[in-house]
Parts: sequence; structure tokens; C-alpha cells
Amino acid sequence: MVGEGILKGLAETARNFFGSYVSKERLTTVQYPEQRLPRIEAARSFPFLVYDGSDWQQGMRCVGCQICEKECPPKCILIEKSKDKKPDAVGKQQFYPAVFDIDISVCMSCQICVEVCPFDAIKMDVDVDLPTDNRFAGLLLDKQQLAKSNEYYHGIHPTEAAAVDAALAAERAKAQAKKPAAATPPAAPPSAAPVPEAQPVGGESK
Amino acid sequence: MTQVFVQLDQIFVIVKYWLLGFVPAGWQPLVSAIVSVVTVVIAFPALFALVTWFERKGLGRMQNRYGPNRAGPAGLFQPIADAIKSLTKEDIVPLAADHVVHFLAPVLLVTAAFLAYAVIPVGRNMIVVNLNAGVLFFFAVGSVVELSVFMAGWSSRSKYSLLGAMRAIAQMISYEVPLVLASVVVIMQAGSLSTVAIVERQAGYTGIWPHWFVFTPWGFVGFALFMIAATAESNRSPFDLPEGESEIIAGYYIEYSGFKFALFFLGEYLGMMATSGMAITLFLGGWAAPFPFLAWIPSYVWFFLKLLALIFGFIWIRGTLPRLRMDQLMNFAWEFILPMALFNMLVAGVWHFMPPGIPRWLVCIAMVATPCILLSMRLKRKKKLQLRTYQFAE
Repeated sequence: MVGEGILKGLAETARNFFGSYVSKERLTTVQYPEQRLPRIEAARSFPFLVYDGSDWQQGMRCVGCQICEKECPPKCILIEKSKDKKPDAVGKQQFYPAVFDIDISVCMSCQICVEVCPFDAIKMDVDVDLPTDNRFAGLLLDKQQLAKSNEYYHGIHPTEAAAVDAALAAERAKAQAKKPAAATPPAAPPSAAPVPEAQPVGGESK
Repeated sequence: MTQVFVQLDQIFVIVKYWLLGFVPAGWQPLVSAIVSVVTVVIAFPALFALVTWFERKGLGRMQNRYGPNRAGPAGLFQPIADAIKSLTKEDIVPLAADHVVHFLAPVLLVTAAFLAYAVIPVGRNMIVVNLNAGVLFFFAVGSVVELSVFMAGWSSRSKYSLLGAMRAIAQMISYEVPLVLASVVVIMQAGSLSTVAIVERQAGYTGIWPHWFVFTPWGFVGFALFMIAATAESNRSPFDLPEGESEIIAGYYIEYSGFKFALFFLGEYLGMMATSGMAITLFLGGWAAPFPFLAWIPSYVWFFLKLLALIFGFIWIRGTLPRLRMDQLMNFAWEFILPMALFNMLVAGVWHFMPPGIPRWLVCIAMVATPCILLSMRLKRKKKLQLRTYQFAE
């Protein structure tokens, strides 16, 4: 007879219709602004700058080396290196970025800045809640907007952040051990040493 | 007490005559017509707004979604938001379009859809005009929809519009025939083309069982055929080939935007509700209550409840079935629906001339079931299609 399949189909949709009022498992919709899914560790949206300690200006890991600015494929990063040096989180005299802007309307989230950074200063965020009413100025993030604490980094990428912290600690220990033997200029070891160690960290994040 | 219920049932009629009391006698027919028309023109678009919400909610639930739930409580203000959106949108007319016809098509569609309501009794004594050829008028006005659809498709000067319009014409004319033939059985039995007379003919109960035409073998088949043809007439899924948003985007109204698009939408829903109203009038006893002990509920309430039930049926079908192919659509119309409708007329004649009783039921059910089974076997047989060979493509 014509219509047997139709009746089966109608029964199925009727089951859905009434079932969705009875069982909550059927309605899998997440009502977005009010409800949110847990953040996914392997996700990435746009880069941010990591700082240690509590003061974002002092603790910023970035030393303004401008490697990421040069490597960035869509050229969305603008860095002006400082003329003077300031003490960083551990009290060492360092250059710092006087200006660090990322235009997230241009950024393509490729993560190349993260791969090339020798100081583990720039990392990928998972936050996608970035709407603004100004599509030019609102999407051009400055240094202060980009700065986020190491604790935040641990919160969004726990595995990766732990590996980065371990690598940084090992490197500092090595620098401490080397220091009494040969008194080298303070800028040389951090820029030379971290490079080979930064690679495996980048590799893990893939 | 019964007097109160009668008053409640006739409340709109009483209000209308009270309003007419303020008008000089010479003007009364004109004012009476205007009052009735204005009521229809307000009530049914309001129902349309409710139905769009109902449809989106229902479809959502059938797909285990919430449906609209942001604008107002349970998304109830969604139609208002939609109306504001379509009113503020730019009205684009293609450069190459025939501007006059392009403008007239949606207007004609909505006008025709509204005209159809003139002969549908929405309650006891509640009808705009009691034409003695009401059913004929309804189908005559209903076929204007085809004209406006083709006007829209032709005047847009777009190949998708034209394709959609061609499909619409082929489909609507194919299903217009069974739509009329399916309702002929009711006219045969009622002996009248007046919708009011048809409803009166179905009044009365045997015990608690109403004398609706749907509760007879020929009435049931006629109702099923009428509803299938009505679905195709109003271009709804699974017969939505003329629109076919996944293949020809929106068919004949692809070049329409803003309020003209909203008018098409309105016209389509008004058409659907009008044919549903006609189905109620012809087969489901019009505004009559299903059981005698529920007769105290006002007649218009029953009409609109039945209307919503039928619309829910449309939504249910839309949420279930995928779109047909063109050849399936045509085969179904000409090889199944049309012969069934013709045969059903024969059954109605047999029913009329046999004495009431069990034998009449058995004979008529057998007469309906046999062609249905044979035709569906014919429809389901495996067709041996020729292997298509390409002369130039390979």
C-alpha cells in the first residue's frame, strides 16, 4: 500500500515532538549566551601576551625582539621596541615592547607567532567572546588588552602551560649554574639558550 | 443558562448588527459588507502570524530543537520581529523585470487568497457572503493563485524564477483537478454548492457520533485526497518543488525582497488556511462541535480549533517527508490521486442509492479499498528505465 513508510515517518516525528517536551536529553541545544560549553583545551582563537606575577607591565615576558612581527603572514602585529631597559618579573634588566598591537580583524589565527617566540611570551587564547561596536578601533588590541596572566594561561591550556613552565624553570636553573663560572652579559644567555628548548614546547601544542 | 451560550455563540453577529444600527438604512448593506471584510482581513493575517510561530516551534520540536525562543515569552513575538524586518528591508526590483507585473503578482496573490475566505463559514451565521455557488467560487478564486505565481515567475526575468513558475504551473494544474473532484462527492451528497447548506447537511448526531462526511467511506477517501491535493496546491512540503530552496533557491519569488516577499509568504499561508477551512466545511462538519455535549462551546471556537489541527497536520507532514521528484509528483497526481478521486465519485453514488445499514458500509469500503490497493501496487512497481547513454559527453 502507498503510505506505510509515510506513517512510520510520521510516528517518528511525533515521537520527537512529544519526547522533546518530556526528556531533556533530546534537546541538545546549548542556549549560548546563558549556557556555555566547557572551553576546549586544543582550541585557539587569537594570540595574547603572557605575564608572570601580578603586575602586567613588569611581568610581561615579551622583550620586544620583533620576531613574531616579522614572521606574521598577514602582518597584523605592530611592535615598537623600547629604548631603555626595565627589570622583568625576576628582576633582570630587559628591553620591553613600548607598543604591541595586534589587529585581530587581520589575524588568521595561524599560531606562527607562538611557534617562533623564543621567550614563550605570546600564546593562543581560546576566548571567542570578542564582539565590539567598532570594527576598526575595537578590533585593534593594544598591549594592555593583550596582556593576560600566566594563571589564565594555565586555566585555558593546562598541559601546554605546565610544559612551558617546566622548560622555563630548567632554563633558569641552567643560567643560575652558568652564572658564577662565566660572567657573561645579561642579555646573551636568555636569547641564546631558550631557542632550542622552545621548539619542543611548540611541538607539543600541535 | 443556554441563552448565555447562544449569546456568546452569536456575539460577533450581535455586535455587527448593533454597529449597523448607527448607520442609515440605505447604507447598511455596504457597511455590513465592509465590517465583515475588515474582520476577515484582520483576523486571518493575525492567525497567519500565530501560525508562522506555531510552525517554527513545531518543526523545531520535531527536530529536537527549541525553535524561536528569544523574542518575547517562548518566542511569541517572533512574527512581529519578522514583520518589522521585512518592512524595513530594501525592496529590490530587477532592472530587466517587467515592473508592473512584478508589482501586481504578490498583490493579486494576496487578493485572491482573501477572496476565498468570503465563502467559508467560520461560525453559525458567520459568513461574508452566502453564495449559492460558494464551492465553485472558492475553486475559481483559488485558481487565480496559479496566474499570480506565473506572473511572478515570468516578470522577474530570472531563469530560476521561470523554472519555479513552470514547475508551479505544472504541479498546481495537476493537483487542481483532484482537488475539485475530491470535493465533488460532497456536493453530490449535499445536493448544494452553498457552503452553508453543506455545513447544515452535516449537522446532527447519531448518539454522540456526528454526521460528518469524513465518517463515511467515500468521505474519508475524499478528505484524504483533498488534503493531499491541498498540500500540493499550497506548495508545501513534500510538494514544494516550485520553491525548492535547495535546488532553485526560492523558485518564482526569488527576485522578491522586503514587503513583497512577505506578501508572498502571507498569500501562501492564507491559501493554506483557506483550503483547510474548505476541507473543514466540506468534510469535518464546518463549525459544528464533534460531540453534542460540547455544543455549548461557541461555533467559531470549533472552527478555529479544527483549522489549527489541520495546520498542525501540514506542519507534521512538512517535518517528516522529503521533497518529491518531478516525475514522482506527476505520477502520483495522474496515476493515483486522479483515478482514486474519479472512483470515489462512483462509490459516493453507490452509497447514495443503497439502503442504510451494514451491507452499504461493507460494499463501499471494498469498493474504495480495491482500487486503492491496485493503484498503489501499480505505483510501487519497479520501472525498468533505459540506461542513459551520452552521445557527446564521453
